[in-house]
Amino acid sequence: MKSVIEYIKKIVVGIWNLMLGMKITWINLFRKKITEQYPENRDTQVMFERFRGLLTMPHNANNEHKCTACGICQMNCPNGTIQVISKTETDEATGKSKKVLDQYLYNLGSCIFCDLCVQTCPSDAIAWSQKFEHSVFRREILLKQLNKPGSKMAEKVKPTTVETK
Amino acid sequence: MFDFKIVTDWIDNLLRVQIGIPSFWTLAIEFIIVGVVFLSAYAVLALILIYVERKICAFFQCRIGPNRVGKWGLLQSIADMIKILLKEIISIDRSDKFLFVLAPFFVIMGSILTFAALPFGKGLHAIDFNIGIFYLMAVSSLGIIGILLAGWSSNNKYTLIGAMRSGAQLVSYELSAALALMTVVVLSGTMQLSQIVEKQNTVWNIFHGFAAIPTFIAFIIYLIAGHAETNRGPFDLPEAESELTAGYHTEYSGITFGFYYLAEYMNMFIVAAIATTVFLGGWMPLHIPGWGAFNHIMDYIPTVIWFFGKVAVCVFFALWVRWTFPRLRIDQLLKFEWKILMPISLLNLLLMALVVTLI
Repeated sequence: MKSVIEYIKKIVVGIWNLMLGMKITWINLFRKKITEQYPENRDTQVMFERFRGLLTMPHNANNEHKCTACGICQMNCPNGTIQVISKTETDEATGKSKKVLDQYLYNLGSCIFCDLCVQTCPSDAIAWSQKFEHSVFRREILLKQLNKPGSKMAEKVKPTTVETK
Repeated sequence: MFDFKIVTDWIDNLLRVQIGIPSFWTLAIEFIIVGVVFLSAYAVLALILIYVERKICAFFQCRIGPNRVGKWGLLQSIADMIKILLKEIISIDRSDKFLFVLAPFFVIMGSILTFAALPFGKGLHAIDFNIGIFYLMAVSSLGIIGILLAGWSSNNKYTLIGAMRSGAQLVSYELSAALALMTVVVLSGTMQLSQIVEKQNTVWNIFHGFAAIPTFIAFIIYLIAGHAETNRGPFDLPEAESELTAGYHTEYSGITFGFYYLAEYMNMFIVAAIATTVFLGGWMPLHIPGWGAFNHIMDYIPTVIWFFGKVAVCVFFALWVRWTFPRLRIDQLLKFEWKILMPISLLNLLLMALVVTLI
């Protein structure tokens, strides 16, 4: 007799769970659809904040970037997509020779968008943009130089010491 | 209610009396007309069902379905049909050629033959057997032969496994489906489909007083068993794409695959149509006993619209269940049938017999 009760209980519980499942799909039937009509919505299309579209080096209004030519991004890149070419420059004020960025070469064709370069950059010099339409007809167009001509590194503002009482 | 017998009698009169064709040829012409109408209705309904499935499946998954080909994607089915017709039919090395070509026809014939016995509206009933339900069950079982032949003749071990599984599944679920229909035969006292629909004049079988309880249980059992029979819904292991690379119809391409595809959707339609005829009142409008004016208004809606509306509701349930539940394994499938559905349907039949005699 006990096994019959177990059997009936199993059936009733089973049916209840099935109904719960069907309720979830019913609610989903009336939810807003998330399909984006791609080629027509180029004007209003917004990707999410952390989208890895295209590697850029942001330049401020004075055409200055933040890259110190340390080469950490080049070391971390898994397949040698980034090439940091630096040159030594003598600083007029102190007379010391410094390493500055000459050319920052980036090969969009071989980049795997792994995000290691942006994460490990100590000066936040490179960032991702939202552009995702990259197809071109010739591969040479994909070899980019990220620092703009005539730009130099922005001087870092030294933090002032605060007097403690 | 508009009786389509007026239209069919007019055509018969036209051919027999006014043009004066002898009786043999009149009958022959009428048969050809009915055959052409059924075949084209078969194809058109399948196209509509394919479109509806794609859209509803998309809505369940929070996305829009096809919407590029024609407004709202309405021409998508037609584009798919043209594509399937133009595809190359690849012939298999060392397959049993005769059986390989024969198998899809069994499956299609199994479903077209049931079309003839369904009452689509008042007067729109091609063949009115006095053993209507028995005929429907017998003829829809012809599809099993097609599936087994397809699996065997493809010379492929995966299709053979798929066909064996499908054969076992179909044969098992036939029992529960037939018992569910027998429950309604006990209630109505007749197997003739037009009589069953006529007897639901006052109230549909599913609301029929005390007998509503066993009838409702039989309705649910018939819908479940019917969908297991058409290899649809959570019971589609024989043609599961990820497990068996499309199962028994792997080796078919082009229009031969199109036959199986068509037959699957039409079998779904036929299961829904039989369920509405027998449980939901067929083409009979919703009549509530005692509300004369309401019944009179309901009579103005054409019976064909009532029939297809009810079938649409049943088909929607089928789609809802398919896109909710994961696939059942073959042992779970068979256990479900033999240990759960079959005892319930037998007890239900007993309950219905008691209700009918005592109340």
